[in-house]
Amino acid sequence: MLGLDADQLRADMNRLLAFLFHQGILDEQFLQLQQLQDENSPNFVSEVVNIYFHESEKLLRNLRSLLTMDRELLSFDKIGIHLNQFIGSSSSIGAQRVRNICVAFRAASDNNNRTGCLRSLEVLEHEHCILKNKLHELFQIEQQILLAAAVRYPVLN
Amino acid sequence: MGMAADSEFHVLAVDDSIIDRKVIERLLKTSSYQVTTVDSGSKALEFLGLREDDGINPNTPSVSPNNHREVEVNLVITDYCMPGMTDYGLLKKIKESSSLKNIPVVIMSSENVPSRISRCLEEGAEEFLLKPVKLSDLKKLRPHMLRTKIKSHNGKQEPEELGMPDEKIGFPSPKQEEQQQQQPQSKNNKRKAMEEDVSPERTRPRLNGITTMV
Repeated sequence: MLGLDADQLRADMNRLLAFLFHQGILDEQFLQLQQLQDENSPNFVSEVVNIYFHESEKLLRNLRSLLTMDRELLSFDKIGIHLNQFIGSSSSIGAQRVRNICVAFRAASDNNNRTGCLRSLEVLEHEHCILKNKLHELFQIEQQILLAAAVRYPVLN
Repeated sequence: MGMAADSEFHVLAVDDSIIDRKVIERLLKTSSYQVTTVDSGSKALEFLGLREDDGINPNTPSVSPNNHREVEVNLVITDYCMPGMTDYGLLKKIKESSSLKNIPVVIMSSENVPSRISRCLEEGAEEFLLKPVKLSDLKKLRPHMLRTKIKSHNGKQEPEELGMPDEKIGFPSPKQEEQQQQQPQSKNNKRKAMEEDVSPERTRPRLNGITTMV
Protein backbone atom coordinates (compact mmCIF):
# COMPACT_ATOMS: atom_id res chain seq x y z
CA MET A 1 0.00 0.00 0.00
CA LEU A 2 1.22 3.49 -0.71
CA GLY A 3 -0.50 4.82 2.37
CA LEU A 4 -3.06 6.58 0.24
CA ASP A 5 -6.16 5.27 1.90
CA ALA A 6 -8.90 7.51 0.61
CA ASP A 7 -11.28 6.69 3.45
CA GLN A 8 -8.68 7.47 6.07
CA LEU A 9 -7.79 10.70 4.34
CA ARG A 10 -11.41 11.73 4.08
CA ALA A 11 -11.80 11.10 7.78
CA ASP A 12 -8.75 13.26 8.42
CA MET A 13 -10.17 16.02 6.30
CA ASN A 14 -13.53 15.91 8.02
CA ARG A 15 -11.85 15.96 11.38
CA LEU A 16 -9.81 18.99 10.41
CA LEU A 17 -12.87 20.79 9.04
CA ALA A 18 -14.84 20.00 12.19
CA PHE A 19 -11.99 21.37 14.27
CA LEU A 20 -11.84 24.57 12.22
CA PHE A 21 -15.58 25.15 12.51
CA HIS A 22 -15.68 24.24 16.15
CA GLN A 23 -12.89 26.65 16.94
CA GLY A 24 -14.62 29.38 15.02
CA ILE A 25 -11.67 29.71 12.68
CA LEU A 26 -14.02 29.12 9.77
CA ASP A 27 -17.73 29.76 9.48
CA GLU A 28 -20.52 28.66 7.15
CA GLN A 29 -19.35 30.95 4.38
CA PHE A 30 -16.51 28.51 3.83
CA LEU A 31 -19.09 25.77 3.36
CA GLN A 32 -20.82 27.97 0.82
CA LEU A 33 -17.56 28.20 -1.11
CA GLN A 34 -17.23 24.43 -1.04
CA GLN A 35 -20.74 24.11 -2.41
CA LEU A 36 -19.77 26.33 -5.30
CA GLN A 37 -16.97 23.98 -6.27
CA ASP A 38 -17.96 21.43 -8.87
CA GLU A 39 -16.72 19.84 -12.06
CA ASN A 40 -17.02 23.17 -13.85
CA SER A 41 -14.86 24.84 -11.27
CA PRO A 42 -12.94 22.06 -9.54
CA ASN A 43 -10.35 24.27 -7.85
CA PHE A 44 -12.61 27.09 -6.90
CA VAL A 45 -11.98 27.03 -3.17
CA SER A 46 -8.21 26.89 -3.38
CA GLU A 47 -8.22 29.61 -6.04
CA VAL A 48 -10.24 31.94 -3.87
CA VAL A 49 -8.14 31.13 -0.82
CA ASN A 50 -4.92 31.80 -2.72
CA ILE A 51 -6.20 35.16 -3.87
CA TYR A 52 -7.20 35.87 -0.29
CA PHE A 53 -3.75 35.17 1.12
CA HIS A 54 -2.06 37.13 -1.63
CA GLU A 55 -4.19 40.11 -0.68
CA SER A 56 -4.14 39.62 3.08
CA GLU A 57 -0.36 39.37 3.24
CA LYS A 58 -0.12 42.67 1.45
CA LEU A 59 -2.65 44.19 3.82
CA LEU A 60 -0.69 42.94 6.82
CA ARG A 61 2.54 44.38 5.49
CA ASN A 62 0.86 47.71 4.89
CA LEU A 63 -0.74 47.73 8.31
CA ARG A 64 2.60 46.99 9.91
CA SER A 65 4.32 49.82 8.10
CA LEU A 66 1.45 52.23 8.72
CA LEU A 67 1.62 51.55 12.44
CA THR A 68 5.37 51.86 12.73
CA MET A 69 5.36 55.33 11.30
CA ASP A 70 6.05 58.34 13.44
CA ARG A 71 3.07 59.57 15.37
CA GLU A 72 2.67 62.70 13.27
CA LEU A 73 2.47 60.66 10.09
CA LEU A 74 0.21 57.97 11.47
CA SER A 75 -3.03 57.85 9.56
CA PHE A 76 -5.81 55.99 11.29
CA ASP A 77 -7.99 56.65 8.28
CA LYS A 78 -5.69 54.66 6.07
CA ILE A 79 -5.57 51.92 8.65
CA GLY A 80 -9.35 51.89 8.69
CA ILE A 81 -9.51 51.55 4.92
CA HIS A 82 -7.13 48.61 4.98
CA LEU A 83 -9.11 46.97 7.71
CA ASN A 84 -12.38 47.40 5.86
CA GLN A 85 -10.88 45.52 2.97
CA PHE A 86 -9.50 42.88 5.27
CA ILE A 87 -12.85 42.45 6.97
CA GLY A 88 -14.65 42.16 3.66
CA SER A 89 -12.32 39.56 2.20
CA SER A 90 -12.14 37.52 5.37
CA SER A 91 -15.87 37.53 5.60
CA SER A 92 -16.19 36.41 1.99
CA ILE A 93 -14.10 33.31 2.53
CA GLY A 94 -15.49 32.45 5.93
CA ALA A 95 -12.38 33.34 7.91
CA GLN A 96 -14.39 34.19 10.98
CA ARG A 97 -11.71 34.53 13.59
CA VAL A 98 -9.47 36.69 11.45
CA ARG A 99 -12.46 38.82 10.58
CA ASN A 100 -13.43 39.32 14.22
CA ILE A 101 -9.92 40.39 15.13
CA CYS A 102 -9.99 42.91 12.30
CA VAL A 103 -13.23 44.31 13.65
CA ALA A 104 -11.67 44.80 17.09
CA PHE A 105 -8.61 46.27 15.40
CA ARG A 106 -10.81 48.71 13.54
CA ALA A 107 -12.44 49.79 16.80
CA ALA A 108 -9.01 50.59 18.23
CA SER A 109 -8.18 52.51 15.09
CA ASP A 110 -11.46 54.43 15.24
CA ASN A 111 -10.40 55.49 18.73
CA ASN A 112 -6.98 56.59 17.50
CA ASN A 113 -5.53 54.06 19.91
CA ARG A 114 -2.09 53.25 18.59
CA THR A 115 -1.17 50.82 21.34
CA GLY A 116 -4.42 48.98 20.91
CA CYS A 117 -3.79 48.82 17.19
CA LEU A 118 -0.33 47.38 17.65
CA ARG A 119 -1.66 44.74 19.96
CA SER A 120 -4.44 43.88 17.53
CA LEU A 121 -1.95 43.63 14.72
CA GLU A 122 0.09 41.08 16.67
CA VAL A 123 -2.97 38.96 17.30
CA LEU A 124 -4.04 39.35 13.69
CA GLU A 125 -0.68 38.25 12.34
CA HIS A 126 -0.78 35.24 14.63
CA GLU A 127 -4.32 34.20 13.67
CA HIS A 128 -3.62 34.78 10.04
CA CYS A 129 -0.69 32.43 10.29
CA ILE A 130 -2.80 29.74 11.92
CA LEU A 131 -5.45 30.09 9.24
CA LYS A 132 -2.90 29.81 6.50
CA ASN A 133 -1.33 26.69 7.97
CA LYS A 134 -4.65 24.99 8.54
CA LEU A 135 -6.00 25.73 5.08
CA HIS A 136 -2.73 24.60 3.57
CA GLU A 137 -3.10 21.35 5.49
CA LEU A 138 -6.69 21.02 4.28
CA PHE A 139 -5.74 21.43 0.65
CA GLN A 140 -2.88 18.98 1.03
CA ILE A 141 -5.23 16.30 2.32
CA GLU A 142 -7.60 17.11 -0.52
CA GLN A 143 -4.80 16.61 -3.02
CA GLN A 144 -3.92 13.30 -1.48
CA ILE A 145 -7.53 12.17 -1.68
CA LEU A 146 -7.51 12.97 -5.38
CA LEU A 147 -4.31 11.03 -5.80
CA ALA A 148 -5.70 8.09 -3.90
CA ALA A 149 -8.75 8.06 -6.10
CA ALA A 150 -6.57 8.10 -9.19
CA VAL A 151 -4.50 5.12 -8.18
CA ARG A 152 -5.83 1.83 -9.44
CA TYR A 153 -4.87 -1.49 -8.00
CA PRO A 154 -5.49 -4.69 -9.97
CA VAL A 155 -7.81 -6.93 -8.02
CA LEU A 156 -6.51 -10.49 -7.81
CA ASN A 157 -9.11 -13.15 -7.18
CA MET B 1 -30.11 22.48 -11.64
CA GLY B 2 -29.70 25.03 -14.38
CA MET B 3 -32.86 25.98 -16.13
CA ALA B 4 -32.50 26.63 -19.80
CA ALA B 5 -34.23 29.98 -19.52
CA ASP B 6 -31.65 31.33 -17.08
CA SER B 7 -28.77 31.29 -19.52
CA GLU B 8 -30.63 34.01 -21.39
CA PHE B 9 -30.00 36.32 -18.48
CA HIS B 10 -26.86 38.37 -18.35
CA VAL B 11 -25.77 39.89 -15.08
CA LEU B 12 -23.21 42.63 -14.69
CA ALA B 13 -21.44 42.35 -11.34
CA VAL B 14 -19.54 45.33 -9.98
CA ASP B 15 -17.18 45.07 -7.04
CA ASP B 16 -13.75 46.48 -6.31
CA SER B 17 -12.79 43.44 -4.24
CA ILE B 18 -11.22 40.77 -6.39
CA ILE B 19 -12.32 38.06 -4.00
CA ASP B 20 -15.89 39.20 -4.00
CA ARG B 21 -15.85 39.39 -7.77
CA LYS B 22 -14.68 35.84 -7.98
CA VAL B 23 -17.27 34.62 -5.52
CA ILE B 24 -20.19 36.50 -7.04
CA GLU B 25 -19.16 35.32 -10.48
CA ARG B 26 -19.23 31.72 -9.34
CA LEU B 27 -22.52 32.21 -7.52
CA LEU B 28 -24.09 33.65 -10.65
CA LYS B 29 -22.65 31.04 -12.99
CA THR B 30 -23.79 28.27 -10.68
CA SER B 31 -27.24 29.78 -10.94
CA SER B 32 -26.87 29.54 -14.72
CA TYR B 33 -26.59 33.21 -15.51
CA GLN B 34 -24.13 34.73 -17.90
CA VAL B 35 -21.79 36.98 -15.99
CA THR B 36 -19.56 39.92 -16.66
CA THR B 37 -17.57 41.34 -13.77
CA VAL B 38 -16.00 44.76 -13.55
CA ASP B 39 -14.11 46.39 -10.74
CA SER B 40 -15.51 49.88 -10.75
CA GLY B 41 -18.63 51.91 -11.29
CA SER B 42 -17.12 53.78 -14.21
CA LYS B 43 -16.23 50.52 -15.96
CA ALA B 44 -19.75 49.35 -15.34
CA LEU B 45 -21.14 52.44 -17.04
CA GLU B 46 -18.73 51.95 -19.90
CA PHE B 47 -19.90 48.41 -20.34
CA LEU B 48 -23.48 49.54 -20.26
CA GLY B 49 -22.70 51.96 -23.04
CA LEU B 50 -23.11 55.16 -21.14
CA ARG B 51 -19.73 56.51 -22.09
CA GLU B 52 -18.55 57.58 -25.52
CA ASP B 53 -15.07 56.19 -25.38
CA ASP B 54 -14.25 52.62 -26.25
CA GLY B 55 -12.24 51.69 -23.19
CA ILE B 56 -11.05 48.13 -23.36
CA ASN B 57 -12.37 46.26 -20.41
CA PRO B 58 -10.39 43.13 -19.62
CA ASN B 59 -13.34 41.66 -17.82
CA THR B 60 -15.58 41.51 -20.85
CA PRO B 61 -14.50 38.57 -22.95
CA SER B 62 -16.23 39.06 -26.22
CA VAL B 63 -17.93 42.41 -26.13
CA SER B 64 -16.73 45.54 -27.80
CA PRO B 65 -18.97 48.37 -26.75
CA ASN B 66 -19.31 50.96 -29.42
CA ASN B 67 -21.66 53.84 -29.06
CA HIS B 68 -24.54 51.56 -28.27
CA ARG B 69 -24.68 48.80 -25.75
CA GLU B 70 -24.41 45.63 -27.80
CA VAL B 71 -24.89 43.18 -25.01
CA GLU B 72 -28.16 43.18 -23.16
CA VAL B 73 -27.72 43.33 -19.42
CA ASN B 74 -30.65 42.02 -17.44
CA LEU B 75 -29.46 42.97 -14.00
CA VAL B 76 -26.67 44.93 -12.36
CA ILE B 77 -25.45 43.73 -8.98
CA THR B 78 -23.05 46.11 -7.32
CA ASP B 79 -21.19 46.67 -4.11
CA TYR B 80 -22.53 49.62 -2.23
CA CYS B 81 -19.29 51.38 -1.55
CA MET B 82 -16.44 51.56 -3.99
CA PRO B 83 -13.63 54.04 -4.38
CA GLY B 84 -13.97 56.38 -7.30
CA MET B 85 -17.69 56.75 -7.22
CA THR B 86 -19.88 58.00 -4.43
CA ASP B 87 -21.95 55.46 -2.61
CA TYR B 88 -25.18 55.59 -4.58
CA GLY B 89 -23.32 56.81 -7.63
CA LEU B 90 -23.70 53.91 -9.97
CA LEU B 91 -27.27 53.27 -8.94
CA LYS B 92 -28.19 56.89 -9.48
CA LYS B 93 -26.50 57.13 -12.85
CA ILE B 94 -28.29 54.05 -14.07
CA LYS B 95 -31.68 55.21 -12.86
CA GLU B 96 -31.16 58.69 -14.30
CA SER B 97 -30.31 57.36 -17.72
CA SER B 98 -33.19 57.01 -20.13
CA SER B 99 -31.62 54.00 -21.79
CA LEU B 100 -30.62 52.18 -18.62
CA LYS B 101 -33.19 53.06 -16.01
CA ASN B 102 -35.20 49.88 -16.54
CA ILE B 103 -32.30 47.64 -15.73
CA PRO B 104 -32.83 46.25 -12.23
CA VAL B 105 -30.05 47.11 -9.82
CA VAL B 106 -29.22 45.11 -6.72
CA ILE B 107 -26.96 46.49 -4.03
CA MET B 108 -24.61 44.41 -1.90
CA SER B 109 -23.07 45.58 1.30
CA SER B 110 -21.15 44.04 4.15
CA GLU B 111 -22.83 46.33 6.65
CA ASN B 112 -26.39 46.11 7.83
CA VAL B 113 -27.33 49.77 8.10
CA PRO B 114 -31.09 50.28 7.89
CA SER B 115 -30.86 53.87 6.70
CA ARG B 116 -28.51 52.79 3.96
CA ILE B 117 -30.85 50.01 2.94
CA SER B 118 -33.91 52.21 2.73
CA ARG B 119 -32.00 54.93 0.91
CA CYS B 120 -30.88 52.43 -1.71
CA LEU B 121 -34.38 51.17 -2.19
CA GLU B 122 -35.66 54.74 -2.45
CA GLU B 123 -33.09 55.45 -5.11
CA GLY B 124 -34.48 52.59 -7.15
CA ALA B 125 -32.57 49.51 -6.12
CA GLU B 126 -34.62 46.34 -6.32
CA GLU B 127 -32.91 44.45 -3.56
CA PHE B 128 -30.31 44.94 -0.92
CA LEU B 129 -28.19 41.90 -0.14
CA LEU B 130 -25.94 41.53 2.85
CA LYS B 131 -22.51 40.19 2.18
CA PRO B 132 -21.31 37.57 2.07
CA VAL B 133 -23.91 36.79 -0.55
CA LYS B 134 -25.23 33.25 -0.57
CA LEU B 135 -26.71 31.08 -3.28
CA SER B 136 -30.11 31.38 -1.66
CA ASP B 137 -29.92 35.17 -1.98
CA LEU B 138 -29.67 34.85 -5.73
CA LYS B 139 -33.15 33.40 -5.92
CA LYS B 140 -34.36 36.91 -5.25
CA LEU B 141 -32.87 38.11 -8.50
CA ARG B 142 -34.92 36.14 -10.97
CA PRO B 143 -38.24 37.95 -10.61
CA HIS B 144 -36.57 41.25 -11.36
CA MET B 145 -34.95 39.94 -14.49
CA LEU B 146 -38.12 38.23 -15.60
CA ARG B 147 -40.02 41.45 -15.24
CA THR B 148 -37.77 43.25 -17.68
CA LYS B 149 -37.94 40.36 -20.11
CA ILE B 150 -41.70 40.50 -19.98
CA LYS B 151 -41.60 44.19 -20.77
CA SER B 152 -39.45 43.71 -23.82
CA HIS B 153 -40.75 40.39 -25.06
CA ASN B 154 -44.41 40.79 -24.25
CA GLY B 155 -45.47 37.65 -22.54
CA LYS B 156 -43.55 34.89 -24.25
CA GLN B 157 -42.12 34.04 -20.84
CA GLU B 158 -42.27 30.66 -19.19
CA PRO B 159 -41.08 31.32 -15.69
CA GLU B 160 -40.36 28.30 -13.56
CA GLU B 161 -40.15 29.84 -10.17
CA LEU B 162 -40.47 33.27 -8.75
CA GLY B 163 -39.00 34.21 -5.44
CA MET B 164 -40.41 36.81 -3.16
CA PRO B 165 -38.56 39.88 -2.04
CA ASP B 166 -39.62 39.32 1.51
CA GLU B 167 -36.77 40.99 3.31
CA LYS B 168 -37.08 44.48 1.97
CA ILE B 169 -37.66 47.37 4.24
CA GLY B 170 -39.08 49.90 1.84
CA PHE B 171 -40.72 49.58 -1.53
CA PRO B 172 -40.07 51.76 -4.52
CA SER B 173 -43.05 52.77 -6.60
CA PRO B 174 -44.72 49.70 -8.08
CA LYS B 175 -44.04 48.73 -11.61
CA GLN B 176 -47.29 48.63 -13.45
CA GLU B 177 -46.37 46.82 -16.59
CA GLU B 178 -46.61 43.22 -15.44
CA GLN B 179 -48.74 40.89 -17.47
CA GLN B 180 -50.25 37.52 -16.79
CA GLN B 181 -47.67 34.77 -16.50
CA GLN B 182 -48.18 31.66 -18.55
CA GLN B 183 -47.70 28.12 -17.32
CA PRO B 184 -47.13 28.14 -13.62
CA GLN B 185 -44.58 25.49 -12.88
CA SER B 186 -42.46 24.23 -10.03
CA LYS B 187 -42.84 25.31 -6.47
CA ASN B 188 -40.41 27.42 -4.59
CA ASN B 189 -40.14 25.96 -1.15
CA LYS B 190 -39.30 29.36 0.31
CA ARG B 191 -42.58 30.76 -0.80
CA LYS B 192 -45.46 31.09 1.58
CA ALA B 193 -48.36 29.05 0.34
CA MET B 194 -50.44 31.62 -1.47
CA GLU B 195 -51.79 30.81 -4.83
CA GLU B 196 -53.93 33.65 -6.02
CA ASP B 197 -53.62 36.01 -3.15
CA VAL B 198 -52.91 39.30 -4.74
CA SER B 199 -53.74 42.18 -2.50
CA PRO B 200 -54.29 45.56 -4.11
CA GLU B 201 -53.14 47.29 -0.92
CA ARG B 202 -49.58 46.12 -1.34
CA THR B 203 -47.30 48.68 -2.84
CA ARG B 204 -45.33 45.96 -4.54
CA PRO B 205 -47.12 43.13 -6.29
CA ARG B 206 -46.42 39.76 -4.81
CA LEU B 207 -45.04 37.43 -7.42
CA ASN B 208 -45.95 33.79 -7.29
CA GLY B 209 -46.04 31.01 -9.74
CA ILE B 210 -49.45 31.74 -11.15
CA THR B 211 -50.47 35.31 -11.47
CA THR B 212 -49.06 38.71 -11.04
CA MET B 213 -50.97 41.81 -10.41
CA VAL B 214 -51.24 44.36 -13.08
